[in-house]
Amino acid sequence: MPKIIVDGQTLEVSQGENVLQACLNAGLDLPYFCWHPAMGSIGSCRQCALVQYQNEHDTHGRLIMGCMTAVTDGARFSMDTSNAVEFRKAVIESLMLNHPHDCPVCAEGGECHLQDMTVMVKHRDRRYTGKKNTHRNQYLGPLIHHEMNRCITCYRCERFYQNYAGGTDLGAQASRDRLYFGRQTDGVLESEFSGNLVEVCPTGVFTDKPFLADYSRKWDLQSAPSICGGCGVGCNIAPGERYGRLKRVHNRYNHEVNGYFICDRGRFGNAYVNSQKRLNYPGLQMPDGRFKAIDHQAALSRAAHWMKNKRVVGIGSPRASIESNYVLQTWLGAKQFCAGFSEREGALTCGIVEILQATRAINPSIKQMESADAVLVLGEDLTNSAPRVALALRQAVRNKSIAMAEQIGIPEWQDAAVRNLAQDALSPLIIVSSAATRLDDIASHVHTLAPNDIANFGDVLIEHLRGNISEDVDIINIADCLMTAKSPLIISGVSLLERGILDSAAGLAETLYDHNPHTMLSLCAPEANSIGAAMLSHTDNLSLAQITERASDIDVLVVLENDLTRRLDPTSMQQLIASGTTIIALDILENETLNHATLALPAASFAESQGTLINMEGRAQRFFPAFKPAHERQPSWQWLLHLAALDGHGELSKIIHFDEIVHACAQQHSPLARLTEVAPDHSFRRHGQKIPRQTPRYSGRTAMSADLSVHEPQQPKDLETPLAFSMEGVNQNQPAALKSFVWSPGWNSNQAIQKFQAETQKPSVGVSSGIRLLISSGKGIPHTSTDRTAFAQSNGWQLIPIQCLHGSEELSAYTDEIAELAGDPFVALTESCALELQVAAGDGVILSSNNVNLSLAVKIVARMAKNCIGFSAGYTQTLSLSAGSHVQLQRDPNWRPFKPLVIASDRRPNAQLRHNRHG
Amino acid sequence: MEKVLTRNIGTHTSPVDLKAYEANDGYRGLRKALTQLSPQDCQSMVKNSNLRGRGGAGFPTGIKWSFVPQGDARTPGHTYLVCNADEMEPGAFKDRLLMEYDPHQLIEGMLLSAYSIGADIAYIFIRGEYAVAIRRLRDAIAECYANGYLGKHILNSQFSLELHVHPSAGRYICGEETALINALEGKRANPRAKPPFPQVSGLWGRPTIVNNVETLCNIPHIIDRGPEWFNTLGVGEDSGTKLFGVSGRVNNPGCWELPMGTPIRDIIENHAGGMKSGFQLKGFLPGGGSTDFLVADHLDLAMDYNVIGAAGSRMGTGTLIILDDRTCPVGMVLNLIQFFAQESCGFCTPCRDGLPWTRHVLESLESGAGQPEDLETLAYQVKYIGAIGNTHCALAPGAMEPLQSAMKYFYDDFEQHITTAQCPYRLGRGA
Repeated sequence: MPKIIVDGQTLEVSQGENVLQACLNAGLDLPYFCWHPAMGSIGSCRQCALVQYQNEHDTHGRLIMGCMTAVTDGARFSMDTSNAVEFRKAVIESLMLNHPHDCPVCAEGGECHLQDMTVMVKHRDRRYTGKKNTHRNQYLGPLIHHEMNRCITCYRCERFYQNYAGGTDLGAQASRDRLYFGRQTDGVLESEFSGNLVEVCPTGVFTDKPFLADYSRKWDLQSAPSICGGCGVGCNIAPGERYGRLKRVHNRYNHEVNGYFICDRGRFGNAYVNSQKRLNYPGLQMPDGRFKAIDHQAALSRAAHWMKNKRVVGIGSPRASIESNYVLQTWLGAKQFCAGFSEREGALTCGIVEILQATRAINPSIKQMESADAVLVLGEDLTNSAPRVALALRQAVRNKSIAMAEQIGIPEWQDAAVRNLAQDALSPLIIVSSAATRLDDIASHVHTLAPNDIANFGDVLIEHLRGNISEDVDIINIADCLMTAKSPLIISGVSLLERGILDSAAGLAETLYDHNPHTMLSLCAPEANSIGAAMLSHTDNLSLAQITERASDIDVLVVLENDLTRRLDPTSMQQLIASGTTIIALDILENETLNHATLALPAASFAESQGTLINMEGRAQRFFPAFKPAHERQPSWQWLLHLAALDGHGELSKIIHFDEIVHACAQQHSPLARLTEVAPDHSFRRHGQKIPRQTPRYSGRTAMSADLSVHEPQQPKDLETPLAFSMEGVNQNQPAALKSFVWSPGWNSNQAIQKFQAETQKPSVGVSSGIRLLISSGKGIPHTSTDRTAFAQSNGWQLIPIQCLHGSEELSAYTDEIAELAGDPFVALTESCALELQVAAGDGVILSSNNVNLSLAVKIVARMAKNCIGFSAGYTQTLSLSAGSHVQLQRDPNWRPFKPLVIASDRRPNAQLRHNRHG
Repeated sequence: MEKVLTRNIGTHTSPVDLKAYEANDGYRGLRKALTQLSPQDCQSMVKNSNLRGRGGAGFPTGIKWSFVPQGDARTPGHTYLVCNADEMEPGAFKDRLLMEYDPHQLIEGMLLSAYSIGADIAYIFIRGEYAVAIRRLRDAIAECYANGYLGKHILNSQFSLELHVHPSAGRYICGEETALINALEGKRANPRAKPPFPQVSGLWGRPTIVNNVETLCNIPHIIDRGPEWFNTLGVGEDSGTKLFGVSGRVNNPGCWELPMGTPIRDIIENHAGGMKSGFQLKGFLPGGGSTDFLVADHLDLAMDYNVIGAAGSRMGTGTLIILDDRTCPVGMVLNLIQFFAQESCGFCTPCRDGLPWTRHVLESLESGAGQPEDLETLAYQVKYIGAIGNTHCALAPGAMEPLQSAMKYFYDDFEQHITTAQCPYRLGRGA
């Protein structure tokens, strides 16, 4: 390892890194702005200046930028020499010329990198006496607030938005000291990752708009390590709470999964925790259909009464934790339990688990996907179904440019130089899908096929790779890309509800593996704990169909965090309701299933409870409560433990604590044996103390509830986790799974994360990035090419589900901002289809089949498989539509877009929004 | 003295066309190179000629060319030659003359340079306001395509070249070669960090040479008549001839081709006709708006890169701007700083925010609102913005050169602005 000398101190550094990284890694406080660990260097802010000396006799040296200088063995630098100190001070003074000093009213205040750096260089007195430049701010949609006057022109927003995330509608405009970062005109930001601007911006130009409307300082937030439940990727997040409300969600660094970035659903969609539709008390349905709030004891005794000597069946949920599902299944027994999948989802998710348990290919982490140098995506629009994976692929296609740069000695972190060298040269990304995807812009090959044909396409490719040479030029080209790659990656998933696609993907990975043991196979699961629910499932389990068909044989049905209208077709749902079965439903928010329950039990959300989720790669990760559940809400596993105890279940009635569930589950399910290692149990202490959830400067604790009582309440006790609902404790060197918030002396912003990393962009110290529970036996998957019927021409359009970042996911859709962005449920058509139907974007169509008649908006997409149309999947209005079925379409002359008078999320009249959407 | 670069200029009222250019030994160098010389031979000739870049930095052209990867180091793809014709330096007007009146000389220079470095595509990146030059270059290029001087198999050789004229959208910073490349790619005209240098990764990421108009115009003569001849042209250390210009209160402002190393006094007094009556020379910028002031003591220096460099300035473009005794040096520096602050690309902090700050201080001095500490601030700015390496490119250090030298030579003037709380020159102006 090379060594460099900084102010006489010898640092061991990594080959190829830059001096700024080396200094930060050594724990030195070298200020910076434009450099970002995930985005590299451009050298624009000039803040990380040091003096470099030629040798030990050189006393003068020359000023260099740390971020633009590669480390070389024996190189000598000084941070402390007056030349460097004065220059860094001058840079801050310049940056502050036009900065409005509005910290007291700025949402960034208290976690502002600019504040930190200004204090770090000890800039105080302002010499500039001129007027400050001002700018007009833009309306950027319901998620991001724009305050351009605060800009210090570090270019990070543009570089993240365009270069990292592939957005096109935000960038640098104008020049000199009039530089402007924004859109060409006001309007909703188009990128699915726009929320990261909040964290990427070193000051308060881009701030979290919903947070701004319900604001607290970072130091006043109580946070806990958590996992996003928005999709199957399992990004690590840090929810922050005050006054019993989830105030905001920040990214929580996990080297293997989300790194520094999350998607907008993860950041903004979790606000359903504060929804008016949350359940506060157990509710008993009265004969008139209304619910009466009853207390916890009454609810439990009522339930016990119903269950006594009766047949009780449980339905689990792929969005509930392992622990909740485990308790329900253990209580009622595998034969009286259903994992909670719909038939099609269940088969597909279990299919994923089977494949990943057998494949010889590598099942990569999200980080590993970034190393792929050829990617084949089968049947997924990843940006909408597994957004963080799509962001990883945007980095993977850059591997070609990084390799080109390496050849002429340009290090990867020289971001601008690498991009200038490679221009638009990208590693191959092959997308085979039924409709346009949001990665099409970086794809080398795009194929549009009906779901069936995607599987067939995969099979032809497999046959070609096995020597049955195809004459199709595309197949030959694609095969070539995959065969010549060092680390090819095959990605697929369940969005199209087509098992054949999964088999094809697995077969391809197996075939490629014969040539290249670095082949990767990744399969996207739809929900936060789909894989966990599938791993817990048992062959004896009931299916939802079995339950609905024989509903009248069931006395009591316990439904765990599962809106069955999303899993069952309307007829089956009706059948279930009509059967007269007593339904006990536990859930977080009001939904159709709850409306038909006899007893509704209020479940705690992810932000108020703990549990384990298993993500698409089979990684188990624990989320912890940021605050105590209010009212009579309880974690589902706790409700279920009470019910099981009342039902006289011997084993479960002995369990009191969460950790005991984890232990029992780990013992009984051998694939889950390492569940106990996912995060430290409640007994974990650092220097004899718990880990605080509140920052050292948490304020107002004695006054927060003074409106109710002037006596300071005792801080809530947390018997279930190693975390404390308090600022007391030791927030040092704990495992990453227990890091509630990042803060370090002098580093109040999220940039403080580097103080907890051994090296920037490397795992956090004492890292536990979750535990991989899905381990492949490596025995491989025999592929038999099934002769699938090609898409049969039939009378009508085949329905293709279109996943939407905003709108398709159940819980996030309860958030005002997400609902607004989701817009009307739609039918997706190509331009030519629309012409045929004589409709245009903004019109409506009537979609009809045997039992459905829906009026939906028209959305024009760039490509769509022949004779297919898309529909917005997961919207409540389109739940009755079944993927793959055939429908008729005709123009709806009476259709009008849904227009609320006031946009709640934005407190603006709707006219503005309409103007921006259509104008 | 023999006219070299301007031999076709002044004899015609319109530019020389292909026929007239050929008649005056035009394209003889090209024919010689394509029939007798290898690209390596041409490169050696240019190296031996000691030709230094005429755009301002004075970097030896032959050495610049030698950084283009050759042989095995060469990766498949295009190599580009770009002519920097974005002449926007305040006080500079030499390239305009060459392009408007002798476009074929530039084209021949580009053909030979492209041949030497193995380029197959070339661009003339020209200042958008040079409408006449753009038209004349395009006409000349059309003539060349029609007569086999451009396109495939030039003069039936193996050498091919496509040549395009690209009018700039107009920023001073486009004269910085990497900003020029970004602008040519359709990107923001921000300079690039070096290394990698354009010779290795330039336009579209490919090896690229960017040379100034005047530099390229020298090449046909070097190839045609040999480096030894070229070396004899200079009267001082440097080789060749140079277009020198003078602006300011002189009797005969203009632009002349003179040997390298011509004494400054000769240029100002003989060619520019000396100072206008009633005006004394107070100082001058030897090479355009981004060079340090020199004063009357320096008049006997030779216009050679190293000589002017040793005196604390730069020869730059060789176009002198004269400061007379009735013009306020603070006002002149302010005028220049205004220009540079306006033309900053806004990429790096010291330039983007430091120059407007400097402008603000100078404005308060000029308006009589200056405070004693302003002079400290200006000295601080010079140190902070002016050092090469402190900023992303050389624009900001260049912008600071007139200021730092004005504070050295005309410090009294700065002080007077503060002590009298007004610009002392403004009084005399009405008289």
